[in-house]
Amino acid sequence: MDLRTFFQHLANALSVGSLYALIAIGYSMVYGILRLINFAHGDVFMLGAYIAFYLVSSALMPWWVALLVAIGLTCLFGIGLERVAYRPLRNSPRISIMISAIGASFLIENLAVVLFDARPKAFAVPDIFSTVVKIRGVSIVSVSFFIPLITFVLLAILLFIVHKTKIGMAMRAVSTDQDAARLMAIDVDKTVSFTFGIGSILAAVGGIMWSFKYPQLLPLMGIMPGLKCFIAAVIGGIGSIGGAVLGGFLLGLIEIMTIAFLPDLTGYRDAFAFILLIVVLLVKPTGLLGKNQGEKV
Amino acid sequence: MKSPLAKIADRRVLDASLVAVLLAGFFVADSFLDPFAMQIFKLCAINIILALSLNLLNGFTGLFSLGHAGFMSIGAFSCALLTMTAAQKQMNFFLKPIEPWLMNVTIPFLPALIISGLIAAFAGFLIGAPALRLRDDYLAIATLGFSEIIRVVFTNLQTVTNGSLGLKGLPRFTTMWWAWGVAAAVTVLMVSLVRSSYGRAFKAIRDNEIAAEAMGINVFRMKLLSFVISAFIAGIGGALLAHHLTTIDPKQFQFLKTFDVLLIVVLGGIGSISGSIIAAIVVTIMMEALRFLDGPLNLIFIQTEGTPGIRMVVFSVLLMAVILFRQQGLMGQKELSWDLLSKAGLLPRFKAKE
Repeated sequence: MDLRTFFQHLANALSVGSLYALIAIGYSMVYGILRLINFAHGDVFMLGAYIAFYLVSSALMPWWVALLVAIGLTCLFGIGLERVAYRPLRNSPRISIMISAIGASFLIENLAVVLFDARPKAFAVPDIFSTVVKIRGVSIVSVSFFIPLITFVLLAILLFIVHKTKIGMAMRAVSTDQDAARLMAIDVDKTVSFTFGIGSILAAVGGIMWSFKYPQLLPLMGIMPGLKCFIAAVIGGIGSIGGAVLGGFLLGLIEIMTIAFLPDLTGYRDAFAFILLIVVLLVKPTGLLGKNQGEKV
Repeated sequence: MKSPLAKIADRRVLDASLVAVLLAGFFVADSFLDPFAMQIFKLCAINIILALSLNLLNGFTGLFSLGHAGFMSIGAFSCALLTMTAAQKQMNFFLKPIEPWLMNVTIPFLPALIISGLIAAFAGFLIGAPALRLRDDYLAIATLGFSEIIRVVFTNLQTVTNGSLGLKGLPRFTTMWWAWGVAAAVTVLMVSLVRSSYGRAFKAIRDNEIAAEAMGINVFRMKLLSFVISAFIAGIGGALLAHHLTTIDPKQFQFLKTFDVLLIVVLGGIGSISGSIIAAIVVTIMMEALRFLDGPLNLIFIQTEGTPGIRMVVFSVLLMAVILFRQQGLMGQKELSWDLLSKAGLLPRFKAKE
């Protein structure tokens, strides 16, 4: 493999990795705060892409306004989802709330099939994201630059929120100990809603970027990326934002590079993430950056 | 005042008459159901088998596993490859020839069914041994991962499973008697398993793992045993399904398939055998009965054109409603028994147990 192809693959791996990272953060934050695998997160991702598609193609507003509105709507949807499907079960066994997440995911997917039609839709990508840039013979679609850029900007904002603001402090408190946080006069419900809002914003951005990169929309398109990003979050150490980013990039790199170097394994691409997950779970169940928590009797 | 029914209301008499009524029902069904209704009737039995095997894990041992589709797929492909004749295999494998050692294997249905169950059980052992060190949601996601790996591997093993083309023209072995016979056998197995000391150990682990360990239960071994038995039953269920549909491909056994079974278990009540059985029958029949929703509707005021998929939306709303408002499902952890019916006033009271 010559250097040029290598860089081509590297650029691809970095953009896929940042997408994974973006979505993985949402999983990680929700898990950190509620100890819940939000199975519906992948469907929020799908919904973000579809809303953006309809708003952009309706041509009522400039495309960037449409994208912002789509992100806002997805955020509201995420908050609503938590209120309807997860909050009533907050004090039930963890398995119940997980089944509720699976049920919610099932419902959103089936609704999407009815509302959006099961046939694939083609996203009309704005020109700025679809121009091909050539650098020393390596041709890269501009969206591959935008994705890591946007990811890092959002990550910086997120880290600022979590570590420097009052609501961020509340989030950290709730994820450490919900009851103690409540005793400290922290509004747990509000904090959880806020977390879902942020997670859904990231999922929406991820979904929109994903459909810029792979411009085909399907009602079930959220399942696989959703699972993989959850895996990325577990690999990095669930509950930690840095871990989710690390896991996302790692997964993107491994997926793309393995296929690049061993093309025979292309058919097995979707299995890499799961194999990686199982290896990590068996060797270091808390993930690469996760903290070890003692078990309480 | 004693009703005349009370005299004959002995549990054994009731059991025997229930079996007689069911048997008579099967004979009637066998001769009167049209082919389409028969398909659904058989599917009920297969779903019972699958739901019971998932319930053994989720309901009785408290292990949340999402890997059932993988075991079903192993059972389905093993049984299909074991029973198809060389000529049938040749017809299927036109892209790449089948592995030579598989070519001439053709055995009758019953041994093939058992062997495919055993292969699935062995896979369950291989998967369970590492995965059962994990708990709760980690176990769920790891088992889900394994089932996806199995699917991807099957899609790529062109010379064994015929890859994504799958296998067509399987012999239609799953008759009503086979399906319901196996379902009955699995039910008996489950009931006796749950009542045995093993079953009590499973339930102890479900209720409190640490306490169970303190009581001297080898938690890991019991979990693995439950996992292997569940994989065995799922494999058999998958094999029956394969010979019911007569066409299989790896994509059928995506993890949405696991969700279908999970739906039945949740609706019936996690930890109730009779709940699973009732829910399997109700869900299977409703899935077909609600098909009219996908066609054009005429509700006097509202007229809709046919929209495929409404049926599934109705189903998911139903599922969510059960999860949110009646978490214990239909039966909770209770079992439908003569005693329960008599308490509910549907049967006269029994004499106290001797």
